[in-house]
Amino acid sequence: MTNHWRDFKNSDVILVIGANPAENHPCGWKWAHVGRDERGTRIIHVDPRFTRTSAIADVFVPIRAGTDTAFFGGLINYVLENELYQQDYVRLHTNASFIVAKDFSFEDGLFSGYDEAERTYDTTTWDYERETGSAEEASPQPGLGQGVGPIATPSFARVDPTLQDPRCVFQLMREHYSRYTPEVVSQITGIPEDKFVAVAEEFGATGTADKAGSVVYAVGLTHHTSGVQIIRGIGLLQMLLGNVGIPGGGVNAERGHANIQGNTDNAISWEILPGYLGIPRPGMETMADYLDEVPAKQLRPNSINFFGTNYGKFLVSQLKAFFGEAATADNDFAYSWIPKPEKNSSWLTVHDEARAGRLDGIIYGGFTGVTVGPDSTRMAESLANLKWLVIMDPLPTSASEFWHAPGTDPEEIQTEALFLPATHWIEKSGSFTNSGRWAQWKHQVLPATGEARDDNRILGELYQRLRDLYEEEGGAFPDPVLNLHWPYADPNNPGLEELAQEVNGSNLDSGEQLATFVDLADDGTTASGNWIYCGSWTEDGNQMDRRGVTDPTGIGYFHDWTWSWPLNRRILYNRASADADGQPWDPTRPGIQWNGSAWVGDIPDFPATSAPDEGQGAFIMTGEGVARLFAPKNLTTDGPFPEHYEQTETPLDNLLSGTRRNPAAFLYEDAPASFAEDDAEFPYVATTYRVTEHEHYVTQNVPYLVEAMPDFFVELPVELADEKGIDNGGRVRVRSKRGEVEGVALVTKRMRPLRVGDGKVVYQVGIPVHWHYAGGKGEGEAAPMMANLLTPYIGDANVRTPEYKGFLVNVERA
Amino acid sequence: MENISRRQFLQGAVGGGGAFGLATFGFDASAAAQEVRELKIQNATETRTVCPYCAVGCSMIGYTIGGQASNTEPVLVHIEGDPDSPINGGTLCPKGASTLQLAVNQRRPEHPMYRAPGGTEWERISWDDAMERMTRWVKDARDDHFIERDDEGNTVNRQTGFSFLGGATISNEEGYFTAKLMRGLGTVYLEQQARV
Repeated sequence: MTNHWRDFKNSDVILVIGANPAENHPCGWKWAHVGRDERGTRIIHVDPRFTRTSAIADVFVPIRAGTDTAFFGGLINYVLENELYQQDYVRLHTNASFIVAKDFSFEDGLFSGYDEAERTYDTTTWDYERETGSAEEASPQPGLGQGVGPIATPSFARVDPTLQDPRCVFQLMREHYSRYTPEVVSQITGIPEDKFVAVAEEFGATGTADKAGSVVYAVGLTHHTSGVQIIRGIGLLQMLLGNVGIPGGGVNAERGHANIQGNTDNAISWEILPGYLGIPRPGMETMADYLDEVPAKQLRPNSINFFGTNYGKFLVSQLKAFFGEAATADNDFAYSWIPKPEKNSSWLTVHDEARAGRLDGIIYGGFTGVTVGPDSTRMAESLANLKWLVIMDPLPTSASEFWHAPGTDPEEIQTEALFLPATHWIEKSGSFTNSGRWAQWKHQVLPATGEARDDNRILGELYQRLRDLYEEEGGAFPDPVLNLHWPYADPNNPGLEELAQEVNGSNLDSGEQLATFVDLADDGTTASGNWIYCGSWTEDGNQMDRRGVTDPTGIGYFHDWTWSWPLNRRILYNRASADADGQPWDPTRPGIQWNGSAWVGDIPDFPATSAPDEGQGAFIMTGEGVARLFAPKNLTTDGPFPEHYEQTETPLDNLLSGTRRNPAAFLYEDAPASFAEDDAEFPYVATTYRVTEHEHYVTQNVPYLVEAMPDFFVELPVELADEKGIDNGGRVRVRSKRGEVEGVALVTKRMRPLRVGDGKVVYQVGIPVHWHYAGGKGEGEAAPMMANLLTPYIGDANVRTPEYKGFLVNVERA
Repeated sequence: MENISRRQFLQGAVGGGGAFGLATFGFDASAAAQEVRELKIQNATETRTVCPYCAVGCSMIGYTIGGQASNTEPVLVHIEGDPDSPINGGTLCPKGASTLQLAVNQRRPEHPMYRAPGGTEWERISWDDAMERMTRWVKDARDDHFIERDDEGNTVNRQTGFSFLGGATISNEEGYFTAKLMRGLGTVYLEQQARV
């Protein structure tokens, strides 16, 4: 989230899409109810299903699963054509004025640079025109010391502040989205045209300076081959409306697991190192190569480019935390020890490698491979082709028990397996970071159950044993293994308090904990495991364990309650909450404001004493200094503007272009053969979801919750059930090209037939994900009830999040 | 009222009793104090934690009894939302409200287990045996699949023999530690239960 849970109460309009917070995040969602009661916050809910969120919404908008880019494109078009956008904000805080390079083009659903054989884009042409001569005139970037090599001098982008140049981002964007008329959007999404226009008018009305609109979403938007572009569509809309950086606004992702935010921040993710530093690619032989290619470059004279400029400091400090004294200026701070992946290494790729027999083993430290799918049958094949599997978990999972799942002959499965009982969250301390980026320390309540061990104990001892073996018998490139920095009091069991301090970082000369990442250096004198957490454990102690309950601004920041990254800032990009003079767009809802000598309010996302008349760009994390309506080269794999494509499995042609599906979505071996080409055999659109009584799969171990929501079910429209002779409460079988499930039929008016295209009726089917063979009522049951038996093995073109929403099925009475 | 924490409030009510209670709250809280002493959590130890389910981050209080004396273990008697939290203000959803059953759960395996190739059952093994096996598997996978230079001669120092796939209910500190260790081993197949 750019904002945070309590901030919902500051909104005038909340657009909830692809989420059901009333059921899945109820205790955070209640702040929307507070807003409704206190200031009349209006709530718009867009979803394939009418849910409890719809029930309390002012407007419910049914939508065909997977057509969200068309929806947002339509809103963008409506806002532009009706001049609802916040003009001063757009000029000041976005790249609307940037001139795009002449070679960039878009035609029939394809951007320039597409390679059909490889299904990839060469993104070179997705760039800005440069000012002539600026490369020579520009001064070198400040702040980089010795040891990291030269940095390329910047070359500034050309701009047209009038926004009239036909090649400026604003005009290209207007042209791009002019195709997304309410009529076409209605035909694609199934939203009646008048309803779409009413929503566009209501949310578009937040484009004035005195209104705040928030977009709240969850995995209903990310579970698509074009998921990243859907989210970018939100970003474009919110920037046009001036809704980013302000209280009550924002682009707000509701995350589904307790520390999914924190463990992304800390980079248990293939493509990043802690703090969102990019993983180096082959060919970046030295840190200088890396710093030349990866960080953003300053693209305008007034761009602070804080992230790009300080990237080297963050990386060197991290390498000092990883490798300690073995990381020196002489060895490029051990940069070469960081592994460089050959290709996308997301977990879809991992299981594909396993299925192909190219992987020896997997350690699951809380991952539940088979149930998370997609295509659970294929996932189980992957596990069966491993030599070994280690499960570190407090409870049995579908992955730990895959070898004796119903219908599986254990004697056929040669995978050796270890189940290592891990302690649960309540048996250890440590911090969880919530969706609003608040890192909250928890204390150990109970001792370990039985012989269960902390994850750190397991991995700490693994390391000590490995280290011993490398010393005894040698092995492949032992240097990084033998030189990992290991300063922990118990080498077999690094303490969470010790690690929290390591993550924060310290000055290696004075030994003092650092209070801010501004003090990090690239000469080896500072160490910090993750720069964005610098400030979380200072000389004043553990800031994540603070419990102050004061709110002096009345906005709801609660700066004394735990700690949020970065630097305890509660709203990201909050410089954009103020105008060119540093005054709030809306004085009743200030984010930060200039008081004549400093920025006050929230913790400023900006240099605290940089006066407005210095004119520095509000977005310090981009090279542009402003937000990107157009995403230039290397930022996405599938386009600088979000473009609508149909799902992998779809009942419709693409009504906007001849490019039916996302042309850059990666196709795994054998997977396309398991996709339905059209809707002849599988005519209905299915979408998966979650219920309030369960969280993914672990709650099948909790008796109260199993009792409260015991049975797998399938939600069907009344009209479809009538056609198929399926009774409410009876049994229904759902088939996709990959598998089938069977459960209780929930026949409902909550899923309405939609009219799409030239009048075609589309039925949608809802399938909750929580049931499986390793717990609850599903334990040992033969009837398949794992939703992901149905889903296709394909992921988002950028980040490979599987397409769990919007695939094709057929249904029958069982 | 908004600036008084729950603990301060209770101290005012219980500790103050008569005059202080009247002055603070406008009523005599001594009767309420009597009631508080009847609750099963009266002598419990309060420990603050955070809900393990979604990422709202509801603050929770775990109430345990015992565990102070040697050879005793604390018993968890209750979990409730922390009223001080500006996020959840004491509320919990059905999942959060039933976390006691997740915390104290009969389905928890109590010891390491091994499953042989083609085996039909889990077999109990010791931690020492389990760690020895795991270490050997990891080292062999790393040694057999470690690439110092790729076909183009680039230094890549990666191992593609095994993958670590983490969960999303481990803490930041465990997450960072995992990333540090796995990158140190050269692991590229490092992911967690995100993108699900």
